[in-house]
Amino acid sequence: MRFVFKRSYDDDIRLFKHRPQMFWYLALLVLVVALPWLLDDFFLGEATNVLIWAIAGMGLMVLTGHTGQVSLGHAAFMALGCYSNVILLQNGVPFIIAFPLAGLITGVVGVIVALPVLRLHGIYLAIATLAISVLSEDIIVIAAPWTGGVSGLSAPAFDIFGVSINRYGTPDLFYFLTLGVTLVVLGAYRNLMRAPLGRAFVAIRDSEISAQAMGVNITKTKAISFGISCAIVGMAGSLLGLFAGAFNHETFNIVLSIQLFLMIVIGGLGSIHGAFFGALIIGFLPQVIAMTRDGLSNIFSLGSVTIPGIESGVFAVILICFVLFEPLGVYGRWVKIRTYFELFPFYRKGMFKRQKSFLKTERMK
Amino acid sequence: MSLLTLENVTLRFGGLVAVNNVSFHVGEGEVFALVGPNGAGKSTIFNLISRFYTPAKGDILFNGETILNKRPDQVPSLGIARTFQNIELFEQSTVLQNLLVGRQRHAKNGLLSQLIFSPSVRDEERRHRAVVEEVIDFLELQAYRDKYIAGLPYGVRKVVELARALATEPKVLLLDEPASGLSVEETQDMIFWIEDIKKQMGITVLMVEHDMNLVSAVSDRVLALADGKELAIGTPSEVQSHPDVIKAYLGGTGGAKE
Repeated sequence: MRFVFKRSYDDDIRLFKHRPQMFWYLALLVLVVALPWLLDDFFLGEATNVLIWAIAGMGLMVLTGHTGQVSLGHAAFMALGCYSNVILLQNGVPFIIAFPLAGLITGVVGVIVALPVLRLHGIYLAIATLAISVLSEDIIVIAAPWTGGVSGLSAPAFDIFGVSINRYGTPDLFYFLTLGVTLVVLGAYRNLMRAPLGRAFVAIRDSEISAQAMGVNITKTKAISFGISCAIVGMAGSLLGLFAGAFNHETFNIVLSIQLFLMIVIGGLGSIHGAFFGALIIGFLPQVIAMTRDGLSNIFSLGSVTIPGIESGVFAVILICFVLFEPLGVYGRWVKIRTYFELFPFYRKGMFKRQKSFLKTERMK
Repeated sequence: MSLLTLENVTLRFGGLVAVNNVSFHVGEGEVFALVGPNGAGKSTIFNLISRFYTPAKGDILFNGETILNKRPDQVPSLGIARTFQNIELFEQSTVLQNLLVGRQRHAKNGLLSQLIFSPSVRDEERRHRAVVEEVIDFLELQAYRDKYIAGLPYGVRKVVELARALATEPKVLLLDEPASGLSVEETQDMIFWIEDIKKQMGITVLMVEHDMNLVSAVSDRVLALADGKELAIGTPSEVQSHPDVIKAYLGGTGGAKE
């Protein structure tokens, strides 16, 4: 068991709680930076895909995991980010400006959408955001002059300071670009959560009424949260568009919204780790299933017998098992395992049982 | 000098008159208690002052100025902090984080500087922490600093809620049943704390409380309410022996049972 002795207030403010923790995260950073030399192009592409998912996951985590507002419409904002980025690129705006601008546009639109939508709570909010997702597909088709409608757009070649980056030509550079964006978003997210605004988000999630009584402007704070969330998701959308190469109205459909939501639930709501664990599962699981299937049919020499839908079937079963047996998500399970070894042999089974919460103040409106 | 004044405040929920033409004023440095049977409108008065409700008639003045044009989230900035009858803490956060939310009204930095955690944000965090630590020392919450609310017993949660209200550095503290659900010892601690809040910190306290032991120990003046109407106002002993108050609590004809 480790005791952290705190000597100043900065010990609670800094990003890493203690040196071993910092060491492990730095080791992880070294590993992900070294990945292009460790993996072949196919797996590097998969790793890039996971990072893009992780960025999108962090975007939704700000809103759903930390502010407690459900959104089933974030694919629409991924689309907005993706299309604005590509349209800006096509009009000769350099990537280094187009990319953040796409995020900013998505964020601003997010705030505008949030102001009416976030007046709703719980299931009603989920339905309203679902409607945004449905609408966005039609809007993309209607806005054909800009978006290419049903035939879609293809991502143009782009470069940063003269270095041309291409998903197929230079997969390692594309990977580093994605990794860079991931780290910037991650840093900003961590900073936010240790600053007053992040605490206001969590306050709104846990008790709106008392957040208000402590001086948190609910409408404004929720709108900011939605805006930040959309900006991050917009950037993920931009990267996804460039990664996919070509996209149309069906790329960012409702299934993507739901997948995104599933991802953070499985990863573990309310923690940044959750976004990454979720991205790993959503990104890698289908591949793992496919490879296991091929491996099994090789071992038992079943030839190329394929059962249609087996991959999505197994995927769905795994997801259902998670929701049933580990509602805290992968990160929740990880924390339990870590606590078990930290406290060995004093771990008790009931330690993570949710305590009964005492009666909440009745709704006042 | 009157700090908080209610003038002929009336609030109706449909046909029910929850608060009926209530007027009182709380002087600076005073401990003022609202007592009365269930449904008398005590907590409703708190919610009126916190601006969760808007009165149908009447005015609420703080420092001589009306607060009816304020939103609920602007009330703490005036210097009015409150606790809730049914504890309303942020359960998935630690005690420290809960108290830091109380510093929200003093947060000055913009979104961008928070995203990059600029030196000014860091300085502000240190100052917030220093204030919070004083409150922790005052209420002896050191042992619970890094504990999650979800795992704390009821009595401690009550104290954390008081601490969070104090962390806002208020001028007036609204305590909604500070002793409900507390043991005899915990109630005794609460009595000492309320006295210290008044004497050492100079904070005016307005509270709703059923425990007459606590009310008579700490309050300067007491207002008794029943069915949204004022019954009696005065010192704790005056109010306790007032015939209308006894009637409201015990029923029957005024004063006969005393």
